[in-house]
Amino acid sequence: MPLLLFSQPFMDSPLIPLIIEWSLKIFFIFGGLMTALAYLTWFERRVLAYIQMRLGPNRVGPAGLLQPLADGIKFIFKEDIVPLDADKFLYTLAPIMSLVPALTCYVLLPFGDKFVMPGLNREIPLHITHVNVGVLAIFALTGMGVYGIVLAGYASNNKYSLMGGLRSSAQMVSYELAMVMSIIGVLLQAGSLDLVEICKHQAGWFGMQWHLFTYPPTGIIGFFIFLIAMVAETNRVPFDLPEAETELVAGFHTEYSSMKFAMFFIAEYANMVTASAMATILFLGGWMGPFVDQFPLLGPVYFTAKVGFFLFLYVWLRGTLPRYRYDQLMNLGWKFLLPLSLVNLVLTATIALFFM
Amino acid sequence: MTIQQIVFIVFALIITAGGVGVLVQRNPLYSAFSLILSFIGLAAMYILMGAQFLGVIQIVVYAGAIMVLFVFVIMLLNVRDDELHPDRHKYLLYIGVPLGLGLIAEVFYVVTRVQIAPAITDMHATGTVGTVERIGVGLLTEYLLPFEATSVLILMAVIGAMHLAKREKE
Amino acid sequence: MVPLSWYLALSAVLFTMGAVGILIKRNVIAVLLCLEMMLNAANLALVAFSSFFQQTDGQLLVFLVMVVAAAEAGVGLAIVISVFRNRETLDVDESHLMKL
Repeated sequence: MPLLLFSQPFMDSPLIPLIIEWSLKIFFIFGGLMTALAYLTWFERRVLAYIQMRLGPNRVGPAGLLQPLADGIKFIFKEDIVPLDADKFLYTLAPIMSLVPALTCYVLLPFGDKFVMPGLNREIPLHITHVNVGVLAIFALTGMGVYGIVLAGYASNNKYSLMGGLRSSAQMVSYELAMVMSIIGVLLQAGSLDLVEICKHQAGWFGMQWHLFTYPPTGIIGFFIFLIAMVAETNRVPFDLPEAETELVAGFHTEYSSMKFAMFFIAEYANMVTASAMATILFLGGWMGPFVDQFPLLGPVYFTAKVGFFLFLYVWLRGTLPRYRYDQLMNLGWKFLLPLSLVNLVLTATIALFFM
Repeated sequence: MTIQQIVFIVFALIITAGGVGVLVQRNPLYSAFSLILSFIGLAAMYILMGAQFLGVIQIVVYAGAIMVLFVFVIMLLNVRDDELHPDRHKYLLYIGVPLGLGLIAEVFYVVTRVQIAPAITDMHATGTVGTVERIGVGLLTEYLLPFEATSVLILMAVIGAMHLAKREKE
Repeated sequence: MVPLSWYLALSAVLFTMGAVGILIKRNVIAVLLCLEMMLNAANLALVAFSSFFQQTDGQLLVFLVMVVAAAEAGVGLAIVISVFRNRETLDVDESHLMKL
């Protein structure tokens, strides 16, 4: 069999139950995910409102809980405008190119260890696929996400959009470097590129084995570099230069409306969740927590809680910090984060060589 | 026909379509995106051959970094159409395409005539050649000198590119 | 199982398309793109041989080729930018002199 990318259990098990299992898992993960993304907008608006001493959306349904539904209906029924001078093909392709890689990432993320289905006596791993170069695959997919934004900027035939697209491509390529360099220390400790193996490496000792705490202080430095780079990578405040409304109207999605705009919107939130999940898996132990060995189904609960913390952090930052200037952003990425992450890597390797 | 052969044909068609796209598109941005399509197909080919690490690296490096650079430059210069003089070089088309066909015929002749040593038949079953471990060990032992040489090369390229693209101070 | 010759044929097709592209394209960026395509055709052949003979060497070479391609793209595009600043054109035939 050629598809060595997949793990061995995939090869050994019979096909039909496997297809049923995969379909169910894909259905539950993507169904849950799309709902979660919709409610993330509600969560963001409510938290932001409380930070600014307001109430936020609270009219549609109890505590505004039906607001995402109303927003969705509004998006669907808005007029879909294509600018006259736009490049029609690329203009339509851009939101697709943005959304597809963002959603594909969830196929790779592990939400928990395997658990035995009672009654069926079948061992079900709590992730859709198990790829042994998982970390690289996630970076490959998030790297492809740039093209959506760049294409949107080019195809709109609008100078603000073009500026937004240019800024975005430069920003994402710059911060991807710092991001990858900051996690090499973690990969060095775990000795694997496999997301499941990285999680398992952090088991035990009530969280003291998390990569955040091991090899002090490199874990914490790496974590903060990753955190800054991940906010920049997802184009969020304080690094939301591609859509800086005070300078560029709305940046790369100035011309977009209706569902095409909604697709960019969903992709941005999906990328936020992916980045948070990566931070959780790499530094905070993934699904690991107390009693997760006895009750494997606690894994997804811990995982969701940790990811939720990072999502709250995103909103908190948005409510607190002003936007960076473009040259400051580039200086921070190239002259501070990248050298710091290289030093951190050398430090990690030194500790691994002499003290472990 | 096995499932691998079907997968091969599908991705071979994608790669070829991308390549043809690069040639026939007049807008360089469309050419670049055709090439990205080709690269994604090639990544799938590498994975089909068991070269999993290279398959992912192909997307990270080529599609995710090098092509972003190309797209960035195309957008920065913002040359909308091929505002060049196609008529002056019409004859190149009539020379280039037959020469290309000649080259391809030659290669096919060689491929069909030369007897290649029989491949290890169950190569995919045990194949661990493409794993990260094997590539890492190879790069840091046997191929250490080329590896270091390329790292010096890329440092030179960074400095050179910065110097070339820097605006002269007025 | 896919025979080795299929991979080599695909590689040959890709290489030829790149070579023809370099001949017929007049835009510098398109020429650089075709160059990348030729490098990738060589990579495909290398990976095919490497995986068919179970030797890692071919794949290591591909890794090095990718590094060289990245360096080439970086320097090449920097040259394209500085040439465009001086001549306001991307036509390869317009910049046949090594001076302004």
